[in-house]
Amino acid sequence: MSTVHNFQPKIIGIICNWCCYGGADLCGVSRFQYPPHIRLIRVMCSARVDMLHILRALTNGQDGIFIGGCHLCDCHYVTNGNFNAYSMVQVFRKILKHIGIYPERLRIEWVSAGEGIRFANFMNEYSSELIKMGPIGKAEGMDKATLAFKLEAVKNIIPYVKLVITQRLHVSERTEDAYHKFFSSDEFERLFNELILDKLVKSQITLLLQKKNLSTSEIATTLGLSPSEVAKHMNDSSKQGLVRFDVKSKNYAIA
Amino acid sequence: MKEESTTDISENKNLGDVIVVGGGISGIQAALDLATTGYKVYLVDKSPTIGGKMAQLDKTFPTNDCSMCIESPKFIECDRHPNIEIITYTEVVNVEGEAGDFTVTLNKKPRYIIEDKCTGCTVCTEYCPIPIPDPFNQELSTSKAIHIYFSQAVPLVPYIDESCSFLEDGKCNICVGVCKNNAIDLHQKPEKRVVKVGAIVLSPGYDVFHPEVRGDYGYGKYKNVVTSLDFERLLCATGPHVGEILRPSDHKHPKKIAWIHCVGSRQSTEGGHSYCSSVCCTYIQKQVILSKDHNADMEAMIFHNDIRSYGKDFERFYQRAENLPGVKFIRSYVSIGKEIPESKNVTIRYATTEEGVKEEEFDLVVLGVGLIPPANVENLADIFGIELNAHQFCNTDAISPIVTSRPGIFISGAFAGPLDIPESVVGGSGANALVSELLNSRRGQLSKERIYPEERDVSEEELKIGVFACHCGANIGRVVDIPGLVDYSRTLDNVVHAEEGLFICSTDAAQQIANTIRDKGLNRVVVAACTPKTHEPLFRDTLREGGLNQYFFDMANIREHCSWVHSKQKEEASQKAKDIVRMSVARSAYLEPLLEFDLPVNKAALVVGGGLSGMTSALSIASQGFEVHLLEKEANLGGMALRIPTTLEGLDVQEFLRNLIRKVYQHPLIYVSHSATITDVSGYVGNFVTTVISEGRTKKIMHGAAILATGAVEYKPTEYLYGTTDRVMTSIELGEQLALHDSKLTDAKSLVMIQCVGCRQEDRNYCSRVCCTHSIKNALKLKEINPKLDIYILFRDIRTYGYSEDYYREAADKDIKFIRYEPENKPVVEAINDGNSEILSVCISDPILGKELVIEADIVSLAAAVISSEGTYEASRLFKVPVNQDGFFQEAHVKLRPVDFSAEGVYLCGTAHYPKHISEAISQAYGAAGRAVALLSQDTVTASGSVCEVEENLCVSCGACISVCTYGAITFNETNKAVVNSVLCKGDGLCNVVCPTSAISLKHYTDEELLTQIDAVIGV
Repeated sequence: MSTVHNFQPKIIGIICNWCCYGGADLCGVSRFQYPPHIRLIRVMCSARVDMLHILRALTNGQDGIFIGGCHLCDCHYVTNGNFNAYSMVQVFRKILKHIGIYPERLRIEWVSAGEGIRFANFMNEYSSELIKMGPIGKAEGMDKATLAFKLEAVKNIIPYVKLVITQRLHVSERTEDAYHKFFSSDEFERLFNELILDKLVKSQITLLLQKKNLSTSEIATTLGLSPSEVAKHMNDSSKQGLVRFDVKSKNYAIA
Repeated sequence: MKEESTTDISENKNLGDVIVVGGGISGIQAALDLATTGYKVYLVDKSPTIGGKMAQLDKTFPTNDCSMCIESPKFIECDRHPNIEIITYTEVVNVEGEAGDFTVTLNKKPRYIIEDKCTGCTVCTEYCPIPIPDPFNQELSTSKAIHIYFSQAVPLVPYIDESCSFLEDGKCNICVGVCKNNAIDLHQKPEKRVVKVGAIVLSPGYDVFHPEVRGDYGYGKYKNVVTSLDFERLLCATGPHVGEILRPSDHKHPKKIAWIHCVGSRQSTEGGHSYCSSVCCTYIQKQVILSKDHNADMEAMIFHNDIRSYGKDFERFYQRAENLPGVKFIRSYVSIGKEIPESKNVTIRYATTEEGVKEEEFDLVVLGVGLIPPANVENLADIFGIELNAHQFCNTDAISPIVTSRPGIFISGAFAGPLDIPESVVGGSGANALVSELLNSRRGQLSKERIYPEERDVSEEELKIGVFACHCGANIGRVVDIPGLVDYSRTLDNVVHAEEGLFICSTDAAQQIANTIRDKGLNRVVVAACTPKTHEPLFRDTLREGGLNQYFFDMANIREHCSWVHSKQKEEASQKAKDIVRMSVARSAYLEPLLEFDLPVNKAALVVGGGLSGMTSALSIASQGFEVHLLEKEANLGGMALRIPTTLEGLDVQEFLRNLIRKVYQHPLIYVSHSATITDVSGYVGNFVTTVISEGRTKKIMHGAAILATGAVEYKPTEYLYGTTDRVMTSIELGEQLALHDSKLTDAKSLVMIQCVGCRQEDRNYCSRVCCTHSIKNALKLKEINPKLDIYILFRDIRTYGYSEDYYREAADKDIKFIRYEPENKPVVEAINDGNSEILSVCISDPILGKELVIEADIVSLAAAVISSEGTYEASRLFKVPVNQDGFFQEAHVKLRPVDFSAEGVYLCGTAHYPKHISEAISQAYGAAGRAVALLSQDTVTASGSVCEVEENLCVSCGACISVCTYGAITFNETNKAVVNSVLCKGDGLCNVVCPTSAISLKHYTDEELLTQIDAVIGV
């Protein structure tokens, strides 16, 4: 991880009205101090935080996104939406990892309205962690264009990822244990690879081809994949009629 | 029904339902609750403004909330309430009649201002040539003979002090000349006004002890000896030195300050008061913390007796103060030495066990003055025809702490004796309940609805955003560059107006915003100030006053989330404040006008817990004509009180309980469920459905409000041999055996009580509040039946706050021995069996004598902690309401919403909130009943406009939203598109994120609004 001298991270916090916002208020009332890096946005429930919001923040060059909700099973709403927020974050962090961005940039924590000190602790901890990590993109050794490209590829599959989360990554029991267990299981790993990773690669390929026609090996180099992997994807996509092979230039193009 | 009543009788301006005498926080709460419940209220204060003592405080413990910031919105609420008439600078001179029909004569002192004409511009004050000591600032600074009492005053109108030179010799009338509105009338005479009401609430509050009378600790003689109330003003941003702590003699920053506890309290000497003033220990800790905030290098020494941190979160607050660097708490009586002539420093003599007597010099000495009855209390008692107690406070009794000796006259607040703010607020709500029991039949007849100007249609207008930035005294202004912020705001897109204010939440500032909205044609408003969680309702109301839809408002939190948490980084905080305002302005451009709609209120209440508190609440609500469902988990009503034979004051608890239980069973509107378990709670304010299994039957109860009174239990000790011998028992067990005159006790020769068992320690870091009193009660009772018994009470601090102090003194007089121990040196109890009999040996090291004592005891009684009940955790889970880290219910606001949860329609009372005495629990039970009835008396509640809606064209009928919405608010319509039932939608927005096509959207938190905020962070 690179460190930039005097680097001040830019952080967006999206926090729920009932617990974390109250906790942040109490933190103020108690005069607990933390670094002035975060800008807070209030939502009614942490579940309202959409992957699109996170992507937008990252695209804008934010170094971290903090989501704050009620403790699990203490959600103000009977929907217990913080479990959904938790699931989304687990999936999204995995996506970040796969596109080469430190997943720790996205963080979700539970803070009740009575836990001012807990909020301050998270703020202090998170700020210094991000300072150590360095600025987004740069720290990951990624230029701006690549970062933008990767994020856009993710953006294009978000509707699909949402469906996967609700339909295939559903945890039946709403307990902290059950969620932890599921999201650290091999089963989740397998489902993620099978359902999302594949799409993520395809999305990147499509995005590349939208700009210009490319050969299998060019795609492979750009995305850091083996030519055989790319070939498999191209094969699939051709069958589905999404791309076509231009025999003359030996390049693939959008169908 | 309410509109029809706008007939002749309500036009009679001297006919009302209730008069509230005293406009401090307690009177304000009583007036607001009564007015909301549907009574016409006169709120009378002898000062030129409402606000009382709380307005003079800088911050409030234990959260250090800015006192004025939390109280002043209530002034505005009173001012704007259509059922409250505020009458200031007025005293009650005569009361005739009886409950239901009082004739009250008022004497309105001349303020020499025609209130209707005055705009509060203060030009008169500028020109007035007569400086006077400012009474609001404890005469530590000057004001003018004509001035507004304080800047948030309601009404915001000046008054003329008697020292005015016109009034004295008719010489000057400059003010009359400069007033553009001809609002000054120097010939005003006192006015008499007679009003007729059904009930009276007395809330005259308290006075602070006057050390100048006896010259305590050199007060009055030495300039640098001030009272705690003086110091409160010194701390305050609106104080004499705008928040700089400067000592009186030379206006320099004191580097070393001493606080002296118990000034005027806990004294049986002439001129002192024997009771404990209850609040001083904690307010002194607050002042210490705040002083260290002002000046981190300051040294503080606090000379105290017992530290009485008996309230919720007080113990932690004490630790916070104690652990500050440079702060020393010293347990010692003190006397004042001398004033050093050159420096005007003052010396204090004190003694410690380690170092003996010492004399030390201080830059400033603060006297922790106690609370005393209001001035002229005997006259007051005469006028109202009520009895006073031995301490000259209002006489009340334990089972009806809100009732005076004269029917129809109720009290609220510290007129009952020293109370802190939340208890005073509870009393105000409780007075509502009791008045409402009396006047139930006339509820709603004189009341009126609030009428707002018509909402302007802004859909065709260009964006015109107004930004209002608040200094909040010095709370924000000291850290964030507010003028810079205002300048910056003007450069933002669509901002057509930006201004700053000292306190934007004050009545005139809020009114000013409403005017500016109209004058400048604003159609979006951003207030950069504190948290929307407390102030958003106020400003939304201001928008309505200005003829704008209330959802065109956004609040930029630059206090809790900025100035308070980055107080040492002024530059960064100022930058952050700009970012926050930019985000708010950007968001506000996308805000849409939303409609709120009314939902019917189910007129029944559910009370969970059939203990003393629950039953008291239930009975009060039922007596006001509402159905109550009372749930008790055990087979019998009564709760913990069943195990308490008497109180310290001698109340027969069991008889009281029997009566209460009988009244509950006999009341036709109360339905009791025994052995009840709640299995499910659904719905929302006004319309809850609770499923209960009781005695084998399952029933669904529909109710509009719920009161959670799930109680607390006694900790089962694992310490001090408890459970291994029947000679070691808890205080409650001792009380029970005492009532039975158990021979073990009557024959005993020596008994030891150990205090603080299982609390005031790491795992239970709170004081159980009641145990000191319980032990002293048991000890006095034991002495009564067995005078020869030697009793030892081993304690850390004796916390007999309030009037209980007298019993502590009585116990000491009766030769009950009090021995203090330190927590790191707890007593050790051993059982010694000499073959024939067993005896207990208690070993303790006495910090004063500095040696080990061994006491042989027949009985050891343990003052075991009061701990949260299982039922509290269950109710917390089912009703989705929070508990604090100690397992007690967390109220919506520690000071001003002490019996509300932040979830609307759910209230709390009794020991589930925190351990408390019976009379306190009763008071709180009435408070909760008063709050619940203020809701139940409404025909409708207003549901938020922030609900979801579906863009049908985008809906792909996947049903994802329907499956996650556990409120059941979304269904498919006939064309298989999702539709939202706005009544059921609670606005959490989970459905938004599961929708793959973003077809469903939560109003007020749309993707557009949120993404705009996200973009605005970097100024995209």
